Amino acid sequence: MRSILPVLTVVAVIVALWYGAAAAMNAQWVRDQAARAGTEVSLAQILPRTMSQERPVLPAPHQVAKGLWEGVAGQKITSKRSLVYHGWITLSATLLGFGIGTGLGILLAIGIIHNRAMDQSVMPWAIASQTIPILAIAPMIIVVLNSIGVSGLLPKAVISAYLSFFPVVVGMVKGLRSPDAMQLDLLSTYNASRAQAFWKLRLPASMPYLFASLKVGIAASLVGAIVGELPTGAVAGLGARLLSGSYYGQTIQIWSALFAAAIVAAALVGIVGAIQTRVLRRMGMAR
Amino acid sequence: MAEGLATGRPVIEARGVGLTFATADGPVHALKDVTLRVMKGDFVSFIGPSGCGKTTFLRAVAALEHPTEGELRVNGMTPEEARRRRAYGYVFQAAGLYPWRTIAGNIRLPLEIMGFARDEQERRVRDVLQLVELDGFGKKYPWQLSGGMQQRASIARALAFDADILLMDEPFGALDEIVRDRLNEALLKLWARTGKTIGFVTHSIPEAVYLSTKIVVMSPRPGRITDVIESPLPRERPLDIRDSRDFIEIAHRVREGLRAGHSYDE
Repeated sequence: MRSILPVLTVVAVIVALWYGAAAAMNAQWVRDQAARAGTEVSLAQILPRTMSQERPVLPAPHQVAKGLWEGVAGQKITSKRSLVYHGWITLSATLLGFGIGTGLGILLAIGIIHNRAMDQSVMPWAIASQTIPILAIAPMIIVVLNSIGVSGLLPKAVISAYLSFFPVVVGMVKGLRSPDAMQLDLLSTYNASRAQAFWKLRLPASMPYLFASLKVGIAASLVGAIVGELPTGAVAGLGARLLSGSYYGQTIQIWSALFAAAIVAAALVGIVGAIQTRVLRRMGMAR
Repeated sequence: MAEGLATGRPVIEARGVGLTFATADGPVHALKDVTLRVMKGDFVSFIGPSGCGKTTFLRAVAALEHPTEGELRVNGMTPEEARRRRAYGYVFQAAGLYPWRTIAGNIRLPLEIMGFARDEQERRVRDVLQLVELDGFGKKYPWQLSGGMQQRASIARALAFDADILLMDEPFGALDEIVRDRLNEALLKLWARTGKTIGFVTHSIPEAVYLSTKIVVMSPRPGRITDVIESPLPRERPLDIRDSRDFIEIAHRVREGLRAGHSYDE
C-alpha cells in the first residue's frame, strides 16, 4: 500500500498537465469562433469552452473517459459504435497472430540452436525483418494475401505474427542456450540423446526467458493487429476506429480507441505475467 | 580383506597420455606423458596446483576431453565406449541440481534418461537418498537445502544408476572445513559400503591423504605426474587418524612432491 501514494501522485501530475495542454491547445478555436461572431471573450469564458468542444485539438481527460465509457458500456456490444465490438475484432487477430508468432518463434529458436546452418542464416534475416517499418510492409502483406484469396482475420494475424515472432526467437535462443557447459557435460556422462537434453534440460531452463519474450511479444502482436487494420480501410477493429476518427476529425473517438488499445495491451501483458508466476511457481523456480 | 578388493583388475589404465589444447597463444600442454594404473576398489586422489591437469585427466577418463597422445582405457574400453555404457558417475565442483526438479526428481534424472522402470526408479532414489543421509528430503527443492546437502544430493544422483566408477572433481571445494570433514567421513563410509572405484580431484593435502589409497601428485606446465603414493593407512579411517604418524608422513611426502613440481619455474 505504500506504493499507492507515489503512483497516484504521478497520475495526478499527468492529468493536470493534460488539462493544461487541452486548455492551451483548444483556446485558439474558441477565440476564432468569437472573432467570427464578432464578440470578445474573456479568459474566464475561454477556459470552460476548451473543455467541452465536440472536435477539440486535444480532448480533455474527462471527455476521453466519457467517450471510453460510452463506447464500452453505452452500446450493445454488437453495435458498430461499441468499443467492445471493435476491441474484440482486434483482439481476435492479436491472439491468432500471437499464437502463430510464438509457435514460429519457438520452432525457429529450436532450429537455430540445433543446426549450425540455421544459426548462421536465420538470425540475420530475423533481425533484418524487424528493421523494415511495419507500416511499409503491412499494406503489401494485405494486398498479396488478398490476391491469393485470403482476407479478413488472417492477414491481420500475419502482420501481428510478423512483429511478435522476433522477441520469442531472441528470448528462446538465449533460453535454450542458457544451460552451462557443466549441465551439458553432466548429460553427456549419462549418454543422453539430443532430444533428451532438449526436453529435460534446455526446454525447462528456457521457461523464464520464454515468458519475458511473451510479454514483449503479446504487446507487439496488438500493435501489429492495429497496424494491419489501418491500410485496408478496415471497417472494424480498434485500428479502423483510429482511422475513421482521423478522417472525420473525431479526436475524442481517436483517443478513446487509443486508450481502449492501451487497456487491452495492459490486460494481455498482465495475463501473461500471471501465467508466468503460476508456471514458474509450479516448476519450483519462483520462491 | 582390504587387499583382496584393491588388487582386482585395472579399471583405469593410462599409458603415455598427453593432451594438448590449441589456443590463440599457441598449444597448451594440459597433460604430458601420464602413465597410471587404477585398480578396482581404489580410492585415487589427484592433487596439484591449478593448471596441473588433474581435472583434465579426470575429464579425459570421462570422455569429456580427448587425449591427443598415448592410450587411455576405462574398464578395458576406450573412454568413449565406457561413457556410452555409462561406466561412471561424475560429480562436478558445483552440485548443478535442476532448480525445477525436487531432490528426488534430480536423482531420478539419470534413471529417466537411461530408461529404468518407474518402480525401479523410486526404489533407487530411496536407496541412494539413504546412502547420502538425505532421507526425507526427496520432496524438497534444491534452494531449500544447504550447499553441503545439495552436494550430497549430487553425489546421490551420480550413484543412482550404480556405475562401478565414481569420478569426483573437487566436489567439496566450495564448502567450509567443518562440512567438508563430515562429507569426507561420509564418503569413506559410502566407499566401504559400495566398493566403488573412486577418482577424486582435490587441492587439499589433508583431504587427499585422509581419503585415498593412492595419491597422484601432479604439477603444471606441462601437466604431469610427479609422484604416486600408495597409502599405508588402513581402509577404516576415523577422523583422528589425521594425527597419526603415518598420516603426517604421507602428507609431508605429498607436500614435498608439490614443492618439487613448483620449483620448476619459480
